[in-house]
Amino acid sequence: MKVIVNGEPRELPDGASVAEAVASVTEAASGVAAAVNDEVVRRSAWAATTLRDADRLEVLTAVQGG
Amino acid sequence: MTDMLVIAGEELGSRLIMGTGGAPSMHVLREALTASGTELTTVAMRRVDPSARGSVLDVLGDCGIRVLPNTAGCFTAGEAVLTAKLAREALGTTWVKLEVIADEHTLLPDPIELVDAAEQLVDDGFVVLPYTNDDPVLARRLEQIGCAAVMPLGSPIGSGLGIRNPHNIELIVERASVPVILDAGLGTASDAALAMELGCDAVLLATAVTRAQHPARMAAAMRHAVEAGRLARLAGRIPKRRYAQASSPFEGLATS
Repeated sequence: MKVIVNGEPRELPDGASVAEAVASVTEAASGVAAAVNDEVVRRSAWAATTLRDADRLEVLTAVQGG
Repeated sequence: MTDMLVIAGEELGSRLIMGTGGAPSMHVLREALTASGTELTTVAMRRVDPSARGSVLDVLGDCGIRVLPNTAGCFTAGEAVLTAKLAREALGTTWVKLEVIADEHTLLPDPIELVDAAEQLVDDGFVVLPYTNDDPVLARRLEQIGCAAVMPLGSPIGSGLGIRNPHNIELIVERASVPVILDAGLGTASDAALAMELGCDAVLLATAVTRAQHPARMAAAMRHAVEAGRLARLAGRIPKRRYAQASSPFEGLATS
């Protein structure tokens, strides 16, 4: 299936979890948050939340700003 | 003398809130933050960059500085609310510097979207610190909604033009019962001192320090300016007069 991860299409195995998809873009153990289709998914729910084809996953962290 | 800044019941020992944007390196940022004496510092939320080396969070953690995520770059209430929720999840804080801008050219706040986002976030339990126009009416609305502070701009973000409408800042200060934090546009130390003399409770600045030729030196200047301005405000300045008033007595002069 194809999932949009931070704006880029990415091929992931069917039934891939948010945890697996996040791991494909960052290894950070903290300071990172994820949203699927504009809804925040708590970190504690990443492993149990499966993605579906065409889902939009955003993975954000803090950067210099403001 | 204890003169703490209190926001939403939390005490801060410094009235200088820093931003981290614009610093040429993490090393320079660390030096500037240390010199500023700040205890609260903003960060932005962006998509993770797998190639990024070193995190601003590490610098803030090492320096023991509390992190204040912002919603910079958001144009709508929906974007700002989602960004705030992601920040809460990523950083474990309910505090947010709410920024909803109207366009990239001026970076001025969009008051309609700002009020909408502020209402949603206050309802969701956030401590909302809104970056707002220097508009006393809008500032009051934001306070009535339940914002923990109001943060009027001095002039456009990054412009260094200082405080363009000191009269409006005074009006905001007079009527506010939450902290007023002068946010954006400050260029040098006298701007920060003026903000405090006008009665602001704190200032928030980034560019004036991070893009100065010597960031750590300017950070120290801002720290002293904020303290000086605060003391001057508390001391109560003399009234301005039209004519001179001698400070030495005229009696007893040697001349007849």
